Amino acid sequence: MSRLLDGLEVGGRIGQRIPEAVVETTSQWVVVQPEKLVPVATYLRDDSELDFRFLIGVTAVDYLGHFEVVYHLQSLSHNHMLILKTWSLDYRKPEVPSLVSVWRGAELQEREVYDLMGIRFAGHPDLRRVFLWEGFPGHPLRKDWLEMPGGLNPGLGRFPRED
Amino acid sequence: MASTQGWGDSLARTRERAMTMRTEPFVVNVGPQHPSTHGVFRLRLTLDGEKIIDAEMVVGYLHRSVEKLAEGRTYTQNIPFTDRLDYLSAMSNNLAYCMAVEKLVGIEVPERGQFLRVIMAEFQRIANHAMAIGSFAMECGVWFTPLMWMFREREKILDLFEMTCGARLTTNYVRIGGVSFDIPPEFMPAAKALVKELPERIAEYEALLLENEIVLARSRDIGVLTPELAIAASTSGPVLRGSGVMWDIRKADPYAVYDRLDFDIPVGTRGDCYDRFLVRMEELRQSVRILEQALDMLPEGPASVKVPLALRPPVGEAYARIEAPKGELGFYLVSDGSPHPQRFHIRSPSYINLTPLRDMVVGLTVPDAVITLGSIDIVLGEVDR
Repeated sequence: MSRLLDGLEVGGRIGQRIPEAVVETTSQWVVVQPEKLVPVATYLRDDSELDFRFLIGVTAVDYLGHFEVVYHLQSLSHNHMLILKTWSLDYRKPEVPSLVSVWRGAELQEREVYDLMGIRFAGHPDLRRVFLWEGFPGHPLRKDWLEMPGGLNPGLGRFPRED
Repeated sequence: MASTQGWGDSLARTRERAMTMRTEPFVVNVGPQHPSTHGVFRLRLTLDGEKIIDAEMVVGYLHRSVEKLAEGRTYTQNIPFTDRLDYLSAMSNNLAYCMAVEKLVGIEVPERGQFLRVIMAEFQRIANHAMAIGSFAMECGVWFTPLMWMFREREKILDLFEMTCGARLTTNYVRIGGVSFDIPPEFMPAAKALVKELPERIAEYEALLLENEIVLARSRDIGVLTPELAIAASTSGPVLRGSGVMWDIRKADPYAVYDRLDFDIPVGTRGDCYDRFLVRMEELRQSVRILEQALDMLPEGPASVKVPLALRPPVGEAYARIEAPKGELGFYLVSDGSPHPQRFHIRSPSYINLTPLRDMVVGLTVPDAVITLGSIDIVLGEVDR
């Protein structure tokens, strides 16, 4: 059975190694400062007792006021999981550092989060929209995105109009 | 004499020109409407001569914004959306989503329901792998016979699904708290007959394909994925196991009743297209093994518990995952206490397995890239969501 690591314990370890990185810990997850995200992720991947070499997934949640980026991590050798989070408190221009340099698996998933949630990942090698086309108005998974601006029918804007 | 002299000069000049010829990269669009892309997937290949020097995938042609739509509907109403993600394995998708909701609310599913889920999920795995292997063989050039043979077995499995829940493809069978219907009386004899027949059929496929010269010539040492890159790029399912990494959620994080069933995890050694195909072949046999045990062990009792239609989970979040035929399928749900999910995220294996595609196809030719894509086994409904 895959064990979910206690966030309080892992948070304490991260705090010893990288001071001022941990923002909040609960029994289920660890929240870290976005500025310290890359060193924390590198530590989690390279530490032999934690050994989180496998990034399960990256996603983001809109809490109306701040964004939360969620990373699910898995250790294949010790068979345990960790939920790592970071907050982007700037709601207008959310930005967190990219983790592509730590886990290649973040590449497409961060592009997806950028496309649908509009969070910029600083340092991503190829941050473009994936599912929607360039020029699509807004980022639809945000809570304040309710309908296409200007009453445009999504899908029609892709083709030049015949006037 | 003079004319031959001229010819010689001309030849020398041509040779010289050929030596110093400047080549230009050439862009080939594979898809979005192309039979080898398994849907509306576009691969933008940059070629130098015949060699691929760069590959870029373009997706989104089938984007239906399921994640946004799901935020406006109740938890129960969202189950049919999951059918339409990976439309070749609807049962597995239903199962993963319902497990996430059950984890969020804290619902225990009765034992009979758990067994029925395992039975349906394993039948679905056989149906999915049959399609994957059949179309892979066809891309290799083993034209049509394997695909039609695979359709024959898949058809019987879909008949079983139809018998149980009335639908063949978009089953909507697994529900929160159990399954929608208990199996009808005619299901058991038909399922047992099929499970008895399947090993013979699989032996036929193996005889037809395993040592097939066309398959070997086209897929051996093509599209190699190293285990290091497979782990770093978050691949899962047969793609990860084909590279020799022993990782299966059914063993690592057992759900339903998999911890009580006996089966093996096949892994590859070289990480090429042929190994991924071999892993799928062997998984057919292992699924049959699971089905034999599960059909015998199926207990009596209720198949599901009553759950209110407008479910209001407590504030919180849950991530549940299963070993879907294509890899690790996970659902991440965030609840704010209302009947609608605040966030509904799908960790789709097809999409994430495409991460190392560029590394796998660079240096190959266009027909090899088609086979590599076929060996990853994507379904565009799940890639684009």
